[in-house]
Amino acid sequence: MIMQIDKILRIYLGDTWALLTEFVLIGVALLTVYAVLALILIYAERKICGFFQCRIGPNRVGKWGILQSVADMIKILLKELIHINRADHFLFRLASFVIIAASICTFAALPFADGAHVIDFNIGIFYLMAVSSLGVVGILMAGWSSNSKYTMIGAMRSGAQLISYEISAGLSLLTIVILSGTMQISEIVAQQSEMWFIFKGHIPACLAFLTYLIAGHAETNRGPFDLPEAESELTAGYHTEYSGIRFGFFYLAEYLNMFIIAGIASTMFLGGWMPLHIPGWELFNNTMDYIPSVVWFFGKTFFCVFLALWVRWSFPRLRIDQLLNLEWKILMPICLINLILMTLVVAL
Amino acid sequence: MNINEINIHTVSVSMDKAYETAAMLRNDENFDFLFDIVGMDYGDSLGVIYYLSQSSNPQNILSLKTATDNRDKPELFSVHDLWDSANVYEREIYDFFGIRFINHPDMRRIFLRSDWKGYPFRRDYDADPTINPVPLDNERLEDMETSPSVSMIMGQETEKVHTLFDNNEYIINFGPQHPATHGVLHLRISLDGEIISKIDPNFGYIHRGVEKMCESYTYPQILHLTDRLDYLSGTINRHAFCLCCEKALEIEAPQRAVYIRTIIDELTRIASHLIGWGSMCMDMGAVTAFMYGLRDREKIMDIFEETSGGRLMVNYNVIGGVAGDIHSNFCRKVKEFIPYMRKMLKEHHLLFTGNPIARGRMNGVGYLSKAKAISLGATGPSGRASGWHNDIRKIEPYSAYDKVDFDEIIHDGGMTFDRYVIRLEEIEQSLRIIEQLIDNIPEGACKEKTKAIIRLPEGEFFQRVENARGQFGVYINSRGDKTPYRVKFRSPSLVLVGALKEIATAPRTKVADLIMLGGSLDYVIPCIDR
Repeated sequence: MIMQIDKILRIYLGDTWALLTEFVLIGVALLTVYAVLALILIYAERKICGFFQCRIGPNRVGKWGILQSVADMIKILLKELIHINRADHFLFRLASFVIIAASICTFAALPFADGAHVIDFNIGIFYLMAVSSLGVVGILMAGWSSNSKYTMIGAMRSGAQLISYEISAGLSLLTIVILSGTMQISEIVAQQSEMWFIFKGHIPACLAFLTYLIAGHAETNRGPFDLPEAESELTAGYHTEYSGIRFGFFYLAEYLNMFIIAGIASTMFLGGWMPLHIPGWELFNNTMDYIPSVVWFFGKTFFCVFLALWVRWSFPRLRIDQLLNLEWKILMPICLINLILMTLVVAL
Repeated sequence: MNINEINIHTVSVSMDKAYETAAMLRNDENFDFLFDIVGMDYGDSLGVIYYLSQSSNPQNILSLKTATDNRDKPELFSVHDLWDSANVYEREIYDFFGIRFINHPDMRRIFLRSDWKGYPFRRDYDADPTINPVPLDNERLEDMETSPSVSMIMGQETEKVHTLFDNNEYIINFGPQHPATHGVLHLRISLDGEIISKIDPNFGYIHRGVEKMCESYTYPQILHLTDRLDYLSGTINRHAFCLCCEKALEIEAPQRAVYIRTIIDELTRIASHLIGWGSMCMDMGAVTAFMYGLRDREKIMDIFEETSGGRLMVNYNVIGGVAGDIHSNFCRKVKEFIPYMRKMLKEHHLLFTGNPIARGRMNGVGYLSKAKAISLGATGPSGRASGWHNDIRKIEPYSAYDKVDFDEIIHDGGMTFDRYVIRLEEIEQSLRIIEQLIDNIPEGACKEKTKAIIRLPEGEFFQRVENARGQFGVYINSRGDKTPYRVKFRSPSLVLVGALKEIATAPRTKVADLIMLGGSLDYVIPCIDR
């Protein structure tokens, strides 16, 4: 169907314009998926968190409260944007866009299903790491420009945290790059057609999966690593002064970042959209192929999201020195050793 | 020295000798715990009553009275260097009576605004609203940077004004509206990066003048105010006031009421400790733990609701007994609750106590030594976590506490974890107490008949009980009218904020620790802002 749209557009608009139109269409599609996913994630989080805490969760808007996040979205769109005195208004406004842009750029590089992959080139992993770390710029901007001491502390914590945990996250992904020998995401997924990397890569891959989940979780600023917004300490951290849809952007980005981290983890370690294949079990493999690839991707990703929620709603928050100790004294050395281990596994 | 009660001795001294006597009592007689300072306006003179006690001999109470005739410029000597808790108590008396304490480092008003005219607890105070009008427009921010003090050197008075914070300090207004201050507390903290260097607590945002209101309320009316001090242990506060009135009227509540009161008190304590535990966990970022605490507390609230009609404000104790008999389901539900709570306690330990992050957070911060805890007057679980035996239920058993077998939980560590775990352990002890009482509630009336209008005989009456936060005290000065002449409540929470200031300014304590330490002390603001 996509090919047909492409053909029709090329006939009527010519090559250049057809390409531009397609860019716009894909952009719109991505944004829609982004927004809808955010709504689903917010609903899922509130419901799952409710179950963890022996509550019912949202149950008033729609059946089982499924329209709750839609209602909340409408509410947040209608809310007043509060003017902050003596804030740096340019940076204040820019910050929320930087955050959402960084998040969408990363989002676009995820392979959602067989063929549904927007940004895919030979340095895909490199690209992922580069754009996902842009978010910290937005957070620092938000904290600085709000002209508030709470946001400032939140932003500084966030800067320290994201820059530290980027290292572990990057090193864990590099372990897989060593195993696969490529940085292209589609190629990485294709290589897992025989067996997912978490099984193929022996212990180093499992270790890398764990460290990536921890480091990635820390990068999303969610509990137990939610120091930048630590509700009980800094009220809402770097986005304390934001209101209305500007706050909504932060909120959206937070949830989508969680999804993105889970998506990357499932792509790199759990085969992405690739069905579960076990070498030699032909019948089993064929049966697995009947399940659409998009289901595989979202299934695995939501599994990882669930792990993140589970951790978030069970653990208390770390303190800033413990957070940095965990990264620099524990996670990073493990990752470095793991990298060498993986090299050995590949070389032998 | 005259003895007017079994174990309360009263000493009256002139204002010149007061400090010397206090120092003698503190240093030679080992009266190391200043329970409370009560300010008094005797009409012709203004005075204070120090209630002192010994940590080694806690049933000994000594009241030291002193007064000054100078009503225009009343001055007494400060005892803040003898007992740390005197710091806030003296500020409170300065605020309400206008007595200035010489050598006190910080003579600011504690609850009222600095521009308030008059001293509300003086008998000649003019409450005319035109003198202190309610402002309807934006007010100028109050000066929070400076504090005055008076010192006396060689008989020469000098007034000084200190600056609390330097210009280049990074000061954060922590509260009055903040998710983790457990109420409307305002801490001004000075930060060096994440590390706290100074704390200056500001109170009074929700001060209701309960003690002043008491002076125009009849005794049964005052009962309703006591529930609203420390709302989490409301029944226990009310119990204290009832006991104090009963002592004055020389009546005794029927045994049935005594048993019911004790059970209700212990249920309140469990509910309060669950909230205390939960909110401390929430302060550390574990929201689920808080929800678990609330879930279990809900069972107790249901029991209260069935019997008294109230959930938070139970309004159950009255002078001479309890307001009505217990509901027919009461015993069954309480008996069901005991095994349920035991099971849930295990779950709470499983969820949070053993959690490596939680242990890491609580490890090594918030040390409160025993001597400091006594000096600060940090009673209750917070003091017991530092190894101080201060449980009134053991010291002077009131109600049915002498009939039951339970342990006073003591930890010697004085660390945050001790204060954390002591609450969960006290829940277990409370369950034991309830278990022993619930099957043995005697039959009979649940209320002693009292006169329609209760008049306490002339005199001073004093009662202390153990509420969920520590020693709660009631002081009533009656002149034989249907309203008291003066009522003073000893709030265990007020001094706990002093303890917070002490432990949170220890070296290398961070913002995140401050919140957790506040949770570990478990103060309740309405009890401070009486």
